[in-house]
Amino acid sequence: MIPEALALSAVLFTIGTIGVLTRRNAIVIFMCVELMLNAVNLTFVALSKLYGVTGQVFVVFVMTVAAAEAAVGLAIIIAIFRHGQTVNLKNINLLKG
Amino acid sequence: MPQSPGLFYQVHFYLFGLLAIASALAFVTRKSPVAAALWLVSVMFNLAALYVMMDAHFVGAIQVLVYAGAIMVVFLFVVMLLNLGHPDELSDIRGRWGRLAAGGVGLALLAQIMVLARTRFAPELQVPANPVFGGPPDRGAVGTVAQPLFTEHLLAFELTSILLLAAIVGAVAIGKRRTAP
Repeated sequence: MIPEALALSAVLFTIGTIGVLTRRNAIVIFMCVELMLNAVNLTFVALSKLYGVTGQVFVVFVMTVAAAEAAVGLAIIIAIFRHGQTVNLKNINLLKG
Repeated sequence: MPQSPGLFYQVHFYLFGLLAIASALAFVTRKSPVAAALWLVSVMFNLAALYVMMDAHFVGAIQVLVYAGAIMVVFLFVVMLLNLGHPDELSDIRGRWGRLAAGGVGLALLAQIMVLARTRFAPELQVPANPVFGGPPDRGAVGTVAQPLFTEHLLAFELTSILLLAAIVGAVAIGKRRTAP
């Protein structure tokens, strides 16, 4: 079952990448990043059956970082929305000057 | 995990895997952010089922608690705070088929509960008579993860607390509404 789990992880990561590249809503892009993190977690869990429980420990750390990233990222999105009343990435081009 | 998983195991593995892929595809194709978030929750539940099937019970539990229960709630909260969900696309299921499907799922769950109530579990699934002193030799679902987490990776675990503190302070500082002096 491990090769199937790795293949599923690759498919989910690809779907997350497609979402990041095609969506315009900043919040949906954040959720696509979460999907990619989940795909990597699946790889860790699948390989922890072969190489010991350290993979599961790493999944705990990945989830912690994901939670921190969600909190800070959503705060940034709220700040951007207050500034420009939009979260559409087409309209957020302040760095162009 | 047995070396050659049985047909029951394989069927459920493929079932949850295909459901995860289908939910992920629905997730990236929905226009409404709220619908996308709920499909992502579905992906996470299916992944939790896969974690449990791969003997990572603790990871499966915190997948449901932390990811589906906490992180996605924060996402939905922000979507609704910023009023980004388009109300015309978020109509409730009013059609006859939606109600029929909901009723069917409810009946299936009810039947499952009725069957489970009179099932006799395998002895390794039952709570031991004296769990504190006569526990099983293995450390259980939590202990297998906790043992390396608090010995080998203790430094990383402690650094995680600093990361979370920085994230909390940063989120409050960024999200705070600045008042004009």
